Amino acid sequence: MSTTITIKHLSKHFGTVVALDDVSLVIEPETFVTLLGPSGCGKTTLLRCVAGLEDPDGGEIYVGNKLVFSHPQGISLPPGQRELGLVFQNYALWPHMKVDKNITFALEIQKMPKVEMQKRVKESLQEVQMEGYEDRYPREMSGGQQQRIALARMLAYRPKVFLMDEPLSNLDARLRMDMRVELKRLHHISGATTIYVTHDQVEALTMSTTIAVMKEGRLQQFDTPDKIYHFPSNLFVADFIGNPKVNLLDGVVSGKNSVDLGKFKIPINTSYATGKVVVGIRPEDITIFERPEPGAVEFSAYSVLPAGADSTIIARLGEMELTIRVMGISKIRMDEKIWLKFDPQTLNLYDKESGLLIAS
Amino acid sequence: MAVPAIAAQTSSQRLLASTRRFSRWLTSTRVVLSLAMLAVMFVMVVIPLYKLVEITVTWQAHDLTRVPTAVEGEFTTFHWVRMLTGIIGKIYTYTPLQHSMTIAVGSTLLALVIGGSLAWLVVRTDMPGRKLVNQLAVLPYIMPSWTLAQAWLVFFKNRTTGGTPGVFEFLVGQAPPSWLSYGPVPIIICSALHYYTFFFLFVSAALISIDSNLEEAGDLMGASRWRILRKITMPLVLPAILSGVIMTFSKVMGTFGGPNILGLPIRYYTLATMIRGSLAAGEGGDAFVLAIVLILLAITTIYINQRLVGTRRSYETIGGRGFVAQASKLGKYKRAFQIAVIIFQILVIAVPIGLLLWNTLMLIDGNYSLSNFTLQHWIGAANTHYNSGEPGVLLNPKIWQTAWNSIKLSLFTAFFTALLGIILGYAIVKGRGTRLSKLVEQLAYIPYVIPGIAFGAVYIAMFARKLGPIPPLYGTFALLVIVSVSKHLPYSSRSGVSAMMQVGHELEEAGMVAGANVWQRFSRIIFPLTKSGFMSGFLMTFITTMRELSLIILLVTPATQLLASQTMFYTENGDAQMANVVILILIAIVVAGNFIIGRFSRGGSLRKGLGM
Ligand SMILES: Nc1ncnc2c1ncn2[C@@H]1O[C@H](COP(=O)(O)OP(=O)(O)O)[C@@H](O)[C@H]1O
Ligand SMILES: [Mg+2]
Repeated sequence: MSTTITIKHLSKHFGTVVALDDVSLVIEPETFVTLLGPSGCGKTTLLRCVAGLEDPDGGEIYVGNKLVFSHPQGISLPPGQRELGLVFQNYALWPHMKVDKNITFALEIQKMPKVEMQKRVKESLQEVQMEGYEDRYPREMSGGQQQRIALARMLAYRPKVFLMDEPLSNLDARLRMDMRVELKRLHHISGATTIYVTHDQVEALTMSTTIAVMKEGRLQQFDTPDKIYHFPSNLFVADFIGNPKVNLLDGVVSGKNSVDLGKFKIPINTSYATGKVVVGIRPEDITIFERPEPGAVEFSAYSVLPAGADSTIIARLGEMELTIRVMGISKIRMDEKIWLKFDPQTLNLYDKESGLLIAS
Repeated sequence: MAVPAIAAQTSSQRLLASTRRFSRWLTSTRVVLSLAMLAVMFVMVVIPLYKLVEITVTWQAHDLTRVPTAVEGEFTTFHWVRMLTGIIGKIYTYTPLQHSMTIAVGSTLLALVIGGSLAWLVVRTDMPGRKLVNQLAVLPYIMPSWTLAQAWLVFFKNRTTGGTPGVFEFLVGQAPPSWLSYGPVPIIICSALHYYTFFFLFVSAALISIDSNLEEAGDLMGASRWRILRKITMPLVLPAILSGVIMTFSKVMGTFGGPNILGLPIRYYTLATMIRGSLAAGEGGDAFVLAIVLILLAITTIYINQRLVGTRRSYETIGGRGFVAQASKLGKYKRAFQIAVIIFQILVIAVPIGLLLWNTLMLIDGNYSLSNFTLQHWIGAANTHYNSGEPGVLLNPKIWQTAWNSIKLSLFTAFFTALLGIILGYAIVKGRGTRLSKLVEQLAYIPYVIPGIAFGAVYIAMFARKLGPIPPLYGTFALLVIVSVSKHLPYSSRSGVSAMMQVGHELEEAGMVAGANVWQRFSRIIFPLTKSGFMSGFLMTFITTMRELSLIILLVTPATQLLASQTMFYTENGDAQMANVVILILIAIVVAGNFIIGRFSRGGSLRKGLGM
């Protein structure tokens, strides 16, 4: 199985709300692509357009070589002919059918022989570790179990493409972690091209081959998790990705290779930037010293929040506040003086006006 | 990874594309269904209304004898001028209008007092036996609306119009005064005792929905009881009361049975009875003017309600939320209230039925001696001395035919109402937010604003003659089915929409993704999930059709006689006892039906089916 999904200049509005604004993506075969963005940014709409449950107002969609939607040509294949599977956010299991009927529904429509169908039920339940649940009604299962059955229902008819709309958002934290593991393995084994919607950046970073970050119906960045994290292409992406959040500091490029942040200057290793900029520094890219150090700037520790594996320190200098993340439990005490050093390699510079990445 | 641009289009390609898009839209299930429903409703509602107006503004055949210059089919204001001016206007329009208004206002006020008090007692007090009172409170509404009028006659009739003495005269030894026997006073009382149910249901729903915390918060802040009532309780209950006012008012305006039974003996005409009178006299143009007046009145009241209360949503009541924990303590009056309510319920339920039953067991009406006891009216053989020579009801082939007609009509109506409900529900819900969906929903709402008797008049206007491809349907059973189904359209649409809304759209979409076609999605997903809703809708329609009178009274003929209208004809013919036997049978059918519904839907559906 290796299906490319090509989305060309897709747009969709509901009344005056622009849900998708000229979105273009090429989703490579066998990749796990996440649509990531805050609530209301158009992720579900995009997924539903691909599935054929919504007709866009413009653009084209290809699944493999098949043109499934084209506004300019007036083509739109019904969902059933697009050979893709969809897991809904609320699972959408048919409440009046037992698990096996839920799973065989699509197979019966394809007129699959009974024996083959029973085999498929068994296999797909095995794949989601729900053997023995054939005779349950959806309401007789927990949320996590329903989630698995929804997955099994999709797996049973072997679609070429998996579409999933926030499938884990209704599960508790512990189950979510387990399901991430399972889903990632499932994708690994099946190799089906997957489009996965989430608003949880950790989920996106942990699961994806590629992440598409969206905001207000527009694609912001389409890149690997690594690139998205380390080189966010604009301030929105920088701010949206990362926990604790990135430090964004206003500054002016002063002379060669340094940015004036008001209280102090920090070195940069690029000569492209000029004028007003925003400097983005990830919390873990700042080094803390407990005594003066050449090139380090003196701050005071406003708050220290150890969390086992790592600790978050809020440092202040006048109005300026920085978030720093260090490994292990920090021994720094509140209101102590600390000295911070910035690595020019890890800084990202954004244009103050446009918010776009200038240099990194 | 760059995305190639979409190739530019020539104008013919663009045309082809929009043609494809349009034909996809046109053949999508919801659009096909919407258009089909629009066509159906156009024929069943819009054209008849148009015909009704047309007839009032054109010369009719029988006008020719009266006005020599008349040309049949030409435009004229003759009917309107005649009916709205001069002595004829006074007799035929203004006086009946005034009578209709009187009984509507009177019944509404009385119903408000009764329904409101009962609701308060049941929901907000610690009166013992509230659950039973709650269940019995809707019974008078389930019974045919003219049951009480008929029972009233048995008890209070006097001999001003000839005939036999009533129970009152038998007990007191003196005939009751005419104002107590006939006319506005008994009509108002009987209507109020039937329609108070609206107030009861709306107000109790409102009282239940008042978050008792809200009132407690008021209590804690030291507000006086009066202040709480004024600031918190009233604003929440007022919309419910207003809805009840509008429903009761417009129902009573259009009601036929009560005014016919209790008004006609002293020639106390309302618009509803006058419409029938004019039609019977062959004055179609006049009757239709009155029908339009009645429709305009109904539209006005509903319009006022919508301005005051907001949306139609205000009619809907919330069920199944149990009683409020915080009850007003009635203290030492607890028993007194309970006894008063028990007496009230006996008076409006048991006594009328008892009176009717007693009446049917008297050989000669008005002779209260034991020797007069008989089963003649139930199972007696034909005897020229009694009931115009008809055998007792249970042995009467005419009544069996009539009962069969009623059952057939109710079944057909219930079936088509449920079917249209499914179609309307799908078309409206799937198209939510589109103009087409709104249009369908609004058209389906029209019959709601047309009082039953006027709706019957509309159908006479439409179907008395051949119209294009449609044969003259007057006098056919099909016409009764069509009119009943049309009148139920608002209910179809409302129950269909609510059933469809309960099936999340994802459930059907999951079927689409799985490759199921419309029919497979419908038969395997949507229908199984909505069928219990449609089943209780089916039963609800069955009983409302069974006891519907105003709608069909103008349309029945001897061949298509129904139980409801048969009672009226028996009464008019002086065979009151036969009428009462038939009413008792009707009550039995309807109450049994309601019991079955209760089994199906735990009492929820009466609230949804209100006012149909
Ligand atoms: N059927 C619809 N009708 C009207 N507006 C809609 C509809 N579906 C989505 N929207 C609007 O489109 C925008 C994008 O919605 P959605 O794709 O559901 O966002 P997300 O899944 O990212 O939270 C939102 O502003 C939403 O309100
Ligand atoms: Mg969403």
